[in-house]
Amino acid sequence: MSENLIVPTMAEMLAQGKQPEVLFWVGCAGSFDDRAKKITKAFVRILNRANVSFAVLGTEESCTGDPAKRAGNEFLFQMQAMMNIEVLNAYEAKKIVTACPHCFNTLKNEYPELGGHYEVVHHTEFLKSLLDSGRLTIEGGQFKGKRITFHDPCYLGRANNVYEAPRDLIQKLDVELLEMKRSKANGLCCGAGGAQMFKDAEPGNKEINVERTEDALETKPDIIAAGCPFCNTMLTDGVKNKEREGDVKVMDIAELIANAQDL
Amino acid sequence: MSYLSNVLFAIVLIIGFGYFYSNVKKIIRNINLGVAVNRKDNAKARWRNMAMIALGQSKMVKRPVAGILHIIVYVGFVIINIELLEIIIDGLFGTHRIFAPLGVVYDFLIGSFEVLAFLVLFAVTVFLIRRNIVKLRRFIHADLKGWPKSDANYILYFEITLMTLFLLMNATDFHLQNVPGGFSHFIKAGSFPISQFIAPVFNRMSNELVMLLNEGFWWLHIVGILIFMNYLYFSKHLHILLAFPNTYFANLNPQGQFDNLASVTAEVKLMMDPNADPFAAAPVSENEAPSKFGASDVQDLNWVQLLNAYTCTECGRCTSSCPANQTGKKLSPRKIMMDTRDRLEEVGKNIDANKGVFVPDNKSLLNDYITPEELWACTSCNACVEECPVNISPLSIIMDMRRYLVMEQSAAPMPINAMMTNIENNGAPWQYSQQDRLNWKNEI
Ligand code: SF4
Ligand code: SF4
Repeated sequence: MSENLIVPTMAEMLAQGKQPEVLFWVGCAGSFDDRAKKITKAFVRILNRANVSFAVLGTEESCTGDPAKRAGNEFLFQMQAMMNIEVLNAYEAKKIVTACPHCFNTLKNEYPELGGHYEVVHHTEFLKSLLDSGRLTIEGGQFKGKRITFHDPCYLGRANNVYEAPRDLIQKLDVELLEMKRSKANGLCCGAGGAQMFKDAEPGNKEINVERTEDALETKPDIIAAGCPFCNTMLTDGVKNKEREGDVKVMDIAELIANAQDL
Repeated sequence: MSYLSNVLFAIVLIIGFGYFYSNVKKIIRNINLGVAVNRKDNAKARWRNMAMIALGQSKMVKRPVAGILHIIVYVGFVIINIELLEIIIDGLFGTHRIFAPLGVVYDFLIGSFEVLAFLVLFAVTVFLIRRNIVKLRRFIHADLKGWPKSDANYILYFEITLMTLFLLMNATDFHLQNVPGGFSHFIKAGSFPISQFIAPVFNRMSNELVMLLNEGFWWLHIVGILIFMNYLYFSKHLHILLAFPNTYFANLNPQGQFDNLASVTAEVKLMMDPNADPFAAAPVSENEAPSKFGASDVQDLNWVQLLNAYTCTECGRCTSSCPANQTGKKLSPRKIMMDTRDRLEEVGKNIDANKGVFVPDNKSLLNDYITPEELWACTSCNACVEECPVNISPLSIIMDMRRYLVMEQSAAPMPINAMMTNIENNGAPWQYSQQDRLNWKNEI
């Protein structure tokens, strides 16, 4: 049984002579990673519910080039960037929303110099704006009273100073928001950034995601909230490593909101 | 006789400032070995950064104990240097306490110098204890073996000596000011909230002896200051000067925004342009060395990164917040900065020894100082950049060296190569076809 998700593509929109309010940049993880696909769908459910006119690039989307750039491959990055910019500019994209802080940072900060000028927002900022303008309402629902801690993704927080939007959203759920000892600008990386996701760590005495999961578990949470598909994977692995998958869940903020609304 | 001491003083001053000047020139020369980068835009934001971070120490107080003690030493240092002006005038013209006619203002000034000197003594003692007895992890880290470790202690000893001499100088002065009926040129001036308690030590001595001591302390104090000033060049203490330009020229862009290599942009545009002649070589001028992608040595870094290296205070805040270092990997952002400075100094000495030109020495920052293992451990999380009290970016150096490894040497770890191949072929870091990008829509 496939669910009833309405996901128009930019090509379809163009054929109908329409321009969506926002372009949803799904990202590689959101498109292909089994865990991250759930986040993508949760976000789409919210967009559908709030009647947001959006579209995706679908098969015309390609990697932003972030992992290549952080690994040091400027060539590959700029090739990807210029191809994507060509596509985006052809559709005259103005506003882009994405659930991946890596795509967010790259599109927002590194594309302009190469000719791609868009208003780029992270999905937590976008959801916050939907709430603020009354297009979306949420109540605590099933999460009421739960203990939730939020892990700041480096590329959202330190890299771009987005700290409040995700926290505001969590607080809307009538939950207890717990701060880890290292949070916001002092947050600890999940260990995936800088292309680390795609290779083994160098020799050391611990994995970074385990160290970070320990920070999170210290707050005695029911749920560890994330705002990045890579952080999500790293922390999920960390929770497994600590054998706590039975009582602690790792969830994206879009999932929290979609679930709270039974979407 | 009195002329002799004025002349001697002038000579000491000239030597002190002359040597200092020649070393400052060397630093500027070395920093200019770096690649050009424009950091002159947005002057307003830059001045604000400098005022807040260097002058206002806003990032220091994030760790409150060290932060507040540091502010004491810093304020003490700046203010006590006002005293230096009087010392220099007195020394050159054979006057004594030339600013004494300022009256109450003078009393207040000298009084506050004394209180600060005392506070500095206290703060420096705590610093010594933190480094050598409590042994905070970031101070006993492997990065700080040898010179960097003793350097930090020498600075503290120096400060103790200078402050003590200052107080002793005042104490002898106070003693002589209060000789019944007056003594020689020791007029009543200044207030001595701290040194008046030291003064009784001199009660049993003859006035002539105390005067000799006074002159001795005075000389040791000024000569000490000159030596200390020249010590800066060899020390992490250089940050007391360079923190200012360093915060001024620091990056103003969002931390996540990495620069796009302009040389690459040109080539990629050429590749993507269907009308470009694929065989047309880019015009290369004869005597221009082919530019490298990324950095393998200090000359490939930009001048701000080199300025960063000279400014680093070796405080280790970056390293203590680095997730890679926290979990036992070899990477230490502080070491990246120290290595860069050491190599830059080595290159500078090479240039000095070879009449102004650099003679290749078969060494480079990459491999001889910094290993690929360190570079690959970085998650580019920006914790080090956030943490640095003087706005240094160790991350930018790490990234430039990775660029060299990947684009010049094709020396990325295997899985990274696989990831890059996937992006190239499928537009995703994993082996999935771009045609399947929307499949999620129809999956349960
Ligand atoms: S950016 Fe790299 S070097 Fe700096 S703290 Fe993060 S992992 Fe460490
Ligand atoms: S780079 Fe900054 S934080 Fe790191 S040791 Fe140097 S001064 Fe301290």
